[in-house]
Amino acid sequence: MAVGTKKGLWLATSPDRANWTRSGPYFLMSEIPSIGIDTRGGGRRILVGLRSEHWGPTVAHSDDLGATWHEPDHGAIAFPESTGAVLERVWQIHPDAESRPGVVWAGCEPISLWRSTDGGEHFSLNRGLWDHPHRADWGEGFGGGAAHSVVVNNDGGTVHVAMSTGGVYRSVDGGDSWKPCNQGISAYFMPEPSPEFGQCVHKIAADGATAGRLYAQNHHGVYRTDDNADSWTSIAEGLPADFGFVMLAHPVRSGTAWVIPLTADGERIPPEGKLAVHRTDDAGATWQRSDSGLPAEEYNVVLRDAAATDSADPVGVYFGTRGGSVYASADEGTTFNEVFSHLPDVLCVRVAVLAGEAAPGLVPLRSASMA
Amino acid sequence: MLPRLEVVLPSVLHPSANGHSSVWVPLPGGSTIQDVLTHLGQEYPLLGRRLCDEAGMLRRYVNIYVDGDESRRLEGLSTPVWPGREVLIIASVAGG
Repeated sequence: MAVGTKKGLWLATSPDRANWTRSGPYFLMSEIPSIGIDTRGGGRRILVGLRSEHWGPTVAHSDDLGATWHEPDHGAIAFPESTGAVLERVWQIHPDAESRPGVVWAGCEPISLWRSTDGGEHFSLNRGLWDHPHRADWGEGFGGGAAHSVVVNNDGGTVHVAMSTGGVYRSVDGGDSWKPCNQGISAYFMPEPSPEFGQCVHKIAADGATAGRLYAQNHHGVYRTDDNADSWTSIAEGLPADFGFVMLAHPVRSGTAWVIPLTADGERIPPEGKLAVHRTDDAGATWQRSDSGLPAEEYNVVLRDAAATDSADPVGVYFGTRGGSVYASADEGTTFNEVFSHLPDVLCVRVAVLAGEAAPGLVPLRSASMA
Repeated sequence: MLPRLEVVLPSVLHPSANGHSSVWVPLPGGSTIQDVLTHLGQEYPLLGRRLCDEAGMLRRYVNIYVDGDESRRLEGLSTPVWPGREVLIIASVAGG
């Protein structure tokens, strides 16, 4: 488990997802908004996007579970001089599928998409999205403009990116060209509440087994698409609130997803101060609330990347709060145990099963099937 | 041999300069802080990225003091430097 916070990175390992050995902090006083754990080919690379208020943003990686860290001299991500832009923050690091070794995607601020073919040591700017005519009209949420979600389908041809604010964009040519795909997603905060783009989509995730199905947690609104984002339908009924940041999907099972609702835009706390995870097993038709192992009272939020699943069977569900607690569930989000307490604000959580180190009962799933 | 200028680094940046606590920079006539930063970026790219963004702008919370004055209160990156001037790089007070 890798936990990125406002003031550094912490790691934890466990043979059974019940007993954890913790280490850290690494990169003390740098915020860690993004983490990618790349286990393809039996590897164990941890990539972190970090940002120092003094010394700027960068990407570092470790191939030995944090014992040593490496950073390319000239930086893994740097805007070409011709853009006149400078990197502010790395919001997302997404290792691609097993079938595309070495390919890693990154979503950044200013809103931009990047692709590496050397395991995340050097990235190239995706010019199709950067040169999109809508870019001048994309906005920034409170945390800054963010390309925060990257979803790539099995054959690599279809890529979805979600940004705040701007909404969902899709490429069907591997990233060469992009079109907005926000039909059905509300932008109630704009004069025209159903614009072509400009939505504040907080997070998207691909269904584990049903091609073309994705889920979205919006700035008010929870949605599903079954047609590769041509259209979105609300699946918020049954939830205590439709605001939140987190959207997780089961890595291989169709129809299972998790959200962590917050009361509202203007009241960003768990409903009634009671933190709970809500799970669907029927693609959003119904939801089940779970708070077993969670505190009776909690007013801190869970940010968009401060939640993750692992790839074990049964799937583990993990999340951290801005109050510095990190919870782990080894039973698909039914019960939770606290792994970390009192850390700085948790910005990002990622978990992976390392080959050869899991207990006999902890069986890695087959490679996830994406939309 | 060109005259040189010593640039003193904060301890947190020593690893970015191969462990050095200060770096000697060759100084042709008419050199400025910008020339010093350019040299540091060429000799120690990691250090250069800590000090300036990819557009070459000095990062907001990085202060460069020249003989006791912060360079932004002098002539900014155009502040002239010459051998014997004291150049200190210091992290600004920032954060919470």
